Amino acid sequence: MKGSVIKYERDNIDTDVILPGPYLKIHDYVELAKHAMEGLDKDFHKRVKPGDFIVAGKNFGCGSSREHAPIALSYSGIKAVLALSFARIFYRNAVDGAFLLPIEIDESAYKDISDSDSLEVDISKNEIKNLTKNKIYKMKPFPELIGKIIEAGGLFNYKP
Amino acid sequence: MLNITEKILARASGKSKVSPGDVVFVNVDKVMIHDVSGPGVIAVFEKLKKTGMKIDKIWDPERVWVAEDHFVPAADKISAQNIVSLTNFTKQFGIKRHFKYGMGQYGICHTLSHEEAMVLPGEVYVGGDSHTNTTGALGAFAAGLGHTDVAYVLLNGKIWFKVPETLFFKINGKLPDHVMAKDLILKIIGDIGTDGAAYKTMQFGGTGVSEMSVEERLTLTNMTTEAGAKSGIVEPDQKLRDYLAARGVTKYNEVHDDADAQYEKIYEYEGSKIEPTVAKPFSPENIAVARDLSSVELDKAYIGSCTGAKLEDLRAVAKILKGRTVKIRTEVLPAAISIFRKAMDEGLLKIFLDAGVVVGPPTCGACCGAHMGVLAKDEICISTTNRNFPGRMGHVESQTYLASPLVTAASAVTGKITDPRDLK
Repeated sequence: MKGSVIKYERDNIDTDVILPGPYLKIHDYVELAKHAMEGLDKDFHKRVKPGDFIVAGKNFGCGSSREHAPIALSYSGIKAVLALSFARIFYRNAVDGAFLLPIEIDESAYKDISDSDSLEVDISKNEIKNLTKNKIYKMKPFPELIGKIIEAGGLFNYKP
Repeated sequence: MLNITEKILARASGKSKVSPGDVVFVNVDKVMIHDVSGPGVIAVFEKLKKTGMKIDKIWDPERVWVAEDHFVPAADKISAQNIVSLTNFTKQFGIKRHFKYGMGQYGICHTLSHEEAMVLPGEVYVGGDSHTNTTGALGAFAAGLGHTDVAYVLLNGKIWFKVPETLFFKINGKLPDHVMAKDLILKIIGDIGTDGAAYKTMQFGGTGVSEMSVEERLTLTNMTTEAGAKSGIVEPDQKLRDYLAARGVTKYNEVHDDADAQYEKIYEYEGSKIEPTVAKPFSPENIAVARDLSSVELDKAYIGSCTGAKLEDLRAVAKILKGRTVKIRTEVLPAAISIFRKAMDEGLLKIFLDAGVVVGPPTCGACCGAHMGVLAKDEICISTTNRNFPGRMGHVESQTYLASPLVTAASAVTGKITDPRDLK
């Protein structure tokens, strides 16, 4: 996966800003994408390109269980969120629904990656290449079951 | 050596023992969807059908129940259509327990879970809503899931969980009269942070909790979500048995901690030392003592939601408002029709109306910024609800202070954040 970075240097980016409450009634995925990140970054939908990555701090996706949040990001083109940590329901929604990859990175990678950097993510090697800065970071490997669900393409394709 | 959560998950996964970190598929006893997650699940079903999957029945319609709460009364054409879709869904799959807006009992899903005893001690309960944790106060494992996971449960009757580590919160001694469970849980979230219990279970015990009513315990477990917890739980006791018996339920399989149950960490609080506490914008962890915020001027007070509009919450509000009038716009939305009725029978609604308050129908409404009283730019609200992230209750530049029903009502009277003890 190759793409460029949209970086939000903050912790606790919650589902109320990823996809605000008034849009919870919407279940058309393409329509939802138009409102992604609206509570934090009004220009997100103009800026985001297919294949982009979001980079953020700890506890990304905290708040509600709305699957609208990973759906809106996914249908905006986001392939993975690279964060210091994730809130649990956002994490499992992203994986089980096969919307995007929640990738945990460490403090040094988080600090080093800049907005608009070009990255290449290789989950088979647990590696993130920063093509702009010519550096390689390690990502935290997925737990066994999570890796299998990702490989299967979501929970419904996974055979326990 | 297992604690209550581990024992419930071991039983539900057919194992004699599980340990924190184990990933297990557990059999689910009850599942809930509402007018946001229900249509979300319907969308997942449609997506699956497009891949060739045949879906003509669900796992067990008897174990599924449905609430209409977020966008009722229908806020607009889309939310009206969602209710129609939900109704068609329950008809198609033979789900009988659908609490419909305007047809007898209805209300916020988490409130119905206890008011109607939809979930029983020892059960595994999942819901398409993050505050599903609330119901853990009934001695059940209760956790929120997204649409794909709930769809999976509806078709398979099971779901994966990583067995959580348990943080035990031991509350020593009763809370003072001017303090509520809301103050305590805000204090705890302030101490451990919004990811302080991420992926973990928060268990509450000690004499402070055994002295507490079931409804107050529900406030504690409700806001474990705001600390990032997978679930919150309280061991069953006589108070819970009485609460369930009053709802006609006496048969269930209680689960308790083993005598040598293990917890990852034990936190101790002295009940008598808890102060009226408020979470400032824009995070539930951003707490302050109410008295330190007495200069904050407010535009509005909101008394509603699964967190802060149960019967005892309304009684607390009435205790403050009796014989007084509000200085700012104040809204009371009881969390279920059964609570609305009890509040009417006890004369609470008259106290509210006499105080100048508007009383609305049960709905999640403005708590999640959906409708029915959302905030404008720069408006400042004190609220008995659970979250105050930017834009949570309306405009991203509105501000919400989270507080107990007592503090919220006292603040409604003065127009500034007020400790109930300081009310003349």
